[in-house]
Amino acid sequence: MLEVNNLSISFIQYEKGLKQKTIQVISDLNIKISKGEILAIVGSSGSGKSLLAHAILGILPKNALMSGTILYDGRELTTKRQKKLRGNEIAFIPQSVNFLDPLMKVGSQVRSSVSAGEKKEKQRKIFDRYSLDSRTDSLFPFQLSGGMARRVLVASAVVGGAKLIVADEPTPGLHPEVVNETLGHLRELANQGCAILLITHDIGTALNVADSIAVFYSGITIEISPVSDFSGKGESLRHPYTKALWNALPQNDFNPIDGFQPSHIEQHSGCPFNSRCTFKSSECVSKLPLIRDVRFGKVRCYHAT
Amino acid sequence: MQLEARNLSFRYGKGPLIINNLNLELKSGEILGLSGPSGCGKTTLAKILSGYELPQGGSVKIDGKSIPSKGFNPVQLIFQHPEKAVNPRWQMKKTLNEGWSPDNELLDSLGIEKAWLKRWPNELSGGELQRFCVAKALSPKTRFLIADEITTMLDAITQAQIWNVVLNKARENNIGVLVVSHDQHLINRLCDRVFIGK
Ligand SMILES: Nc1ncnc2c1ncn2[C@@H]1O[C@H](COP(=O)(O)OP(=O)(O)OP(=O)(O)O)[C@@H](O)[C@H]1O
Ligand SMILES: Nc1ncnc2c1ncn2[C@@H]1O[C@H](COP(=O)(O)OP(=O)(O)OP(=O)(O)O)[C@@H](O)[C@H]1O
Ligand code: SF4
Ligand SMILES: [Mg+2]
Ligand SMILES: [Mg+2]
Repeated sequence: MLEVNNLSISFIQYEKGLKQKTIQVISDLNIKISKGEILAIVGSSGSGKSLLAHAILGILPKNALMSGTILYDGRELTTKRQKKLRGNEIAFIPQSVNFLDPLMKVGSQVRSSVSAGEKKEKQRKIFDRYSLDSRTDSLFPFQLSGGMARRVLVASAVVGGAKLIVADEPTPGLHPEVVNETLGHLRELANQGCAILLITHDIGTALNVADSIAVFYSGITIEISPVSDFSGKGESLRHPYTKALWNALPQNDFNPIDGFQPSHIEQHSGCPFNSRCTFKSSECVSKLPLIRDVRFGKVRCYHAT
Repeated sequence: MQLEARNLSFRYGKGPLIINNLNLELKSGEILGLSGPSGCGKTTLAKILSGYELPQGGSVKIDGKSIPSKGFNPVQLIFQHPEKAVNPRWQMKKTLNEGWSPDNELLDSLGIEKAWLKRWPNELSGGELQRFCVAKALSPKTRFLIADEITTMLDAITQAQIWNVVLNKARENNIGVLVVSHDQHLINRLCDRVFIGK
């Protein structure tokens, strides 16, 4: 359904004295989602998850340089096709609540996303499902609580009968019942044939609905695993970062490793995780490992087994 | 010191009563959790405690004294959605230094890169932006910190790092922290007690 091949994204930043610097934020990224599948994407803050979503939707900022190909339904997803399919066949749940139109009541905003059938009825039905009462219809975005705004964004994306849903953090700040309802709904849509890209920091609940999980770090995919490998102390996970991420969850050890993802400004060779890795050897510093198959999953690490 | 909300009631315009006769105390150095369903009024309470909204009934005081409305507010709020808390027309440097000037040590501990200071808010990821908002709120003059879902935008490692920074500052400066969160596991990790809204 969706195939992203060798995607790279960079930005030009202007320095003092008209000097230009190119910073690469996504490098050679590949992902693939089939009909009926939910692929969850987790990863470090600033690893390029939202930019991947924006690239698929065709809404990258003007100063972004993109290379690589995106295939949708077997054909290249050109700017023209993106414009045509966005908002109907391809739906987007944005991470930022600023995507809501501040001047339009949320009921009408969602009605305008209904492609076929009785608009008012469909909007009411989807709001009911997300526990948004009829009073909510006539509220403006600024009158919503944080979680209500999030639910309106979700409702707006799922109401139109999309075939591909790109969900960028659909559930932060929602209480557990609503999180389960939302993700359960996404699972239902997938079972009806929809392909879903689910970007989330909430690994715990993603495990209940996703088919597999891709892990991003500093603009590259470092691991793709079946959900069942996220359990216990992470013994079945492949990449040292993935294990550290899993163990840092509040329900696990809540014990973070030191350091942050490397800066995009400096040029790096080797594995982007090497400054934080206890298994680092000389090749880790000189050359980026290739992604390879390990135990029904994929990993980009020299020493993973 | 103690932050005290007494008999608070609040409604937006002519809308329904969202907060009805609420009482709450937050002591210096205490880490108090606040949970409750979406729309129950947690953010509204957070805004009242930090002076962004005035209650129609009741009062918010520190040790029985009103909180001065001028100068640096000793009750700092970190908002649920960082993208709505920063001025889109300001570079990050200006936003960061608005109330006080966070030192390099603090910026490093939050993983804020120097190069980001020259960016506009829409040129940062959600989690990067939120870390600026955390830095802004951790002034030496902060006595109470109201943290409204501040790490739901962050990966688990960064979340744990940020909370380490916040809790260390709270210990160092004897800051009382109100942790608004839906994540029961997180609340259990951080808080001494929990206040449940309805
Ligand atoms: N317009 C821009 N100019 C320069 N750098 C940018 C721009 N937009 C994003 N970036 C950088 O690209 C990187 C990836 O950003 P992105 O928003 O995709 O991260 P993310 O994985 O979604 O993170 P989060 O989990 O915090 O939302 C970040 O380091 C960010 O600072
Ligand atoms: N500016 C406003 N004008 C009118 N009504 C508002 C305004 N802000 C919030 N409300 C309403 O007040 C109620 C409480 O909102 P609040 O943001 O305090 O909830 P919350 O507990 O923080 O929810 P969430 O967990 O979803 O963030 C909601 O019904 C909301 O619609
Ligand atoms: S490639 Fe080397 S540095 Fe990178 S994660 Fe694997 S062992 Fe660590
Ligand atoms: Mg993002
Ligand atoms: Mg709120």
